[in-house]
Amino acid sequence: MEPILRIRNLHAEVEGKEILKGVDLIVNPGEVHAIMGPNGSGKSTLAQVLAGHPAFTVTEGSIIYKGQDIQETAPEDRARDGIFLAFQYPIEIPGVSNSTFLRTGLNEVRKRRGLPELDAFDFVELVKQKAAMVQMDQSLIDRPVNEGFSGGEKKRNEIFQMAMLEPSLGILDETDSGLDIDALRIVSDGVNQLRSPDRAFVLVTHYQRLLTYIVPDFVHVLFDGRIVKSGGKDLALHLEEYGYDAIKQEADAANGVSN
Amino acid sequence: MSSPLDEIANGEYKWGFVTDIEAKTIPKGLSEDVIRQISALKHEPEFMLEWRLKAYRQWLKMTEPDWPNVTYPPIDYQDISYYSAPVQKKPKEGLEEVDPELLSTFEKLGIPLSEQKRLAGVAVDAVFDSVSVATTFQDQLAEQGVIFCSFSEALRNHPELVRKYLGTVVPSSDNYFAALNSAVFSDGSFCFIPKGVRCPMELSTYFRINSASTGQFERTLIVAEEGAYVSYLEGCTAPMRDENQLHAAVVELVALDGAEIKYSTVQNWYPGDEEGRGGIYNFVTKRAKAGANAKVSWTQVETGSSITWKYPSVILQGDNSIGEFYSVALTNKYQQADTGTKMIHIGKNTRSTIISKGISAGRGQNTYRGLVRVLPKAENARNYTQCDSMLMGDRCGAHTFPYISVGNNSSRVEHEASTSKISEDQLFYCRQRGLSTEDAISMVINGFCKEVFRELPMEFAVEATKLLSVSLEGSVG
Repeated sequence: MEPILRIRNLHAEVEGKEILKGVDLIVNPGEVHAIMGPNGSGKSTLAQVLAGHPAFTVTEGSIIYKGQDIQETAPEDRARDGIFLAFQYPIEIPGVSNSTFLRTGLNEVRKRRGLPELDAFDFVELVKQKAAMVQMDQSLIDRPVNEGFSGGEKKRNEIFQMAMLEPSLGILDETDSGLDIDALRIVSDGVNQLRSPDRAFVLVTHYQRLLTYIVPDFVHVLFDGRIVKSGGKDLALHLEEYGYDAIKQEADAANGVSN
Repeated sequence: MSSPLDEIANGEYKWGFVTDIEAKTIPKGLSEDVIRQISALKHEPEFMLEWRLKAYRQWLKMTEPDWPNVTYPPIDYQDISYYSAPVQKKPKEGLEEVDPELLSTFEKLGIPLSEQKRLAGVAVDAVFDSVSVATTFQDQLAEQGVIFCSFSEALRNHPELVRKYLGTVVPSSDNYFAALNSAVFSDGSFCFIPKGVRCPMELSTYFRINSASTGQFERTLIVAEEGAYVSYLEGCTAPMRDENQLHAAVVELVALDGAEIKYSTVQNWYPGDEEGRGGIYNFVTKRAKAGANAKVSWTQVETGSSITWKYPSVILQGDNSIGEFYSVALTNKYQQADTGTKMIHIGKNTRSTIISKGISAGRGQNTYRGLVRVLPKAENARNYTQCDSMLMGDRCGAHTFPYISVGNNSSRVEHEASTSKISEDQLFYCRQRGLSTEDAISMVINGFCKEVFRELPMEFAVEATKLLSVSLEGSVG
């Protein structure tokens, strides 16, 4: 089976500072991978680099998505090919309605998939159906993108957009941050409904909390720009109990031995 | 990874071609003789020549304003030609006699004038350098009593109307550039909407500068009698040239009691090149006088010119009159704009709204300058001003100079201002949802300018959106 995502020895920097220092990861269809790690370990950078944020430069290694090296692929083309990033801090676009914004994006994605553009009526139908998945208030659809949204509404909007765009690879960057327990449950339910055998997820999170709702197949610990430990869902619980320090010591020890 | 925007040709100006046509041009220089020549060439009535000469003598005593927040080398007023007109074989009787070269020029600019192709629902007066070459739909308009023609034609056919209203809103001595215009103006548009008539179509003037070293000085006068309504559009372009060219226009709007005038501009004069060479100096005086219960709206989208100096204003003379100013001003490359409005509240219960959106990119400098003056007798006057600036990149500037003067206790004046930045993050967010960079910029800018664009007639709004995107290409990254 062809993996959806194969990351090899990925190094990336921003403004001359190296953040990712050799990440390896394989994600197969249907799998959910959690990337955990302390602040500053490079989790969000990894998410942004996968989506092609122009502020980051890949200096070494490769990202193979569905068999293609995407290093030279523009962010919009990655999106159209099915990579979706749920932002940690969703961006506000004053004066542009959520629906206009999303419809433009959706039709670009559909074009890439060889599907006809959705007309206004079909679009509204689809919006209704997908908004229900994350219990999103219909009135938010006509409001300007993320403007005046609460933190929870913004995160819900991200998952709603993901549901609309039906990606092959969903990357969730700290989607749980700033959510109360009810909102967390709703957002997680939405993601769980989107799980399918031909779709994969990468969840970037600091806390184990999210993973009790969205149960991952694999957990990886990112530390100082490298994945230092991988395991099953129990690894997250282990982290919760012992903290990142234990992992850090293990990693240091391992480096010491191998050196 | 470099932004793909860097690779897009840097904001190419698509209207920069030159039409090769024989022109009658008065040699460079300004004097009473030159003014007499202009007046004679146009076969003007005596009163017009007298008016011009008076303005010229006033101008000689005036000095160029130095308060605008713009810088440019001194202008040599003797190094400009004040009149240039394409040579017409004989006086034109109809469109079929207009030089085909001129018709094709306007067609290239998207302003087809010929019977079969002209824009439905919009009457157009096409001005090329110093003269009007054609005005469409005149007959249909005349059926309603609406006069829409070039200024020269108005002087020939309706001298009494011109004489009655000319200079009543912008006196010839109003300011340096208005005085210069009054002395040497060559053509422009004249609109007259009689009492109670709702003008059945949009009226539009398209200004085109073609000749080198020529100034363009047009004058527009719109009169809406009691209860009349008109919507007027104005567009303009110029060839790309290395030297600067002067454009000093005057627009006067007279809205009598209960009348409504909606005036929309998409200003797209050549803005100069990457290094700031060339471009139009756009020094324009636009003002309206509103009678009781009258309403005047100025909507402008300013994307062109190397320097813009322009404050479309409303004198709210009659009780309950309304003045509105909606503006989008964009400065990119080395462009400088000092623009805004004046709302002078004289009548009781007068209301004004000012929405100004300034966009600065490249090394552009964008200044909003606005005056709200409420005179003591203007009881219960209301003003709302919203002034937003958007910056793209870190080499441009946005400046705001609001002047507020209130002479009574019953009036209310509100001013809001904001500055924001279009960021790589905003564009990345859009692109991550599948939008191209162009669509993303266009969407963000469109959202920012929404309150202004919705005031524009539909076709203009679409055009304006496209124009902004083109003008901003290559400015983020």
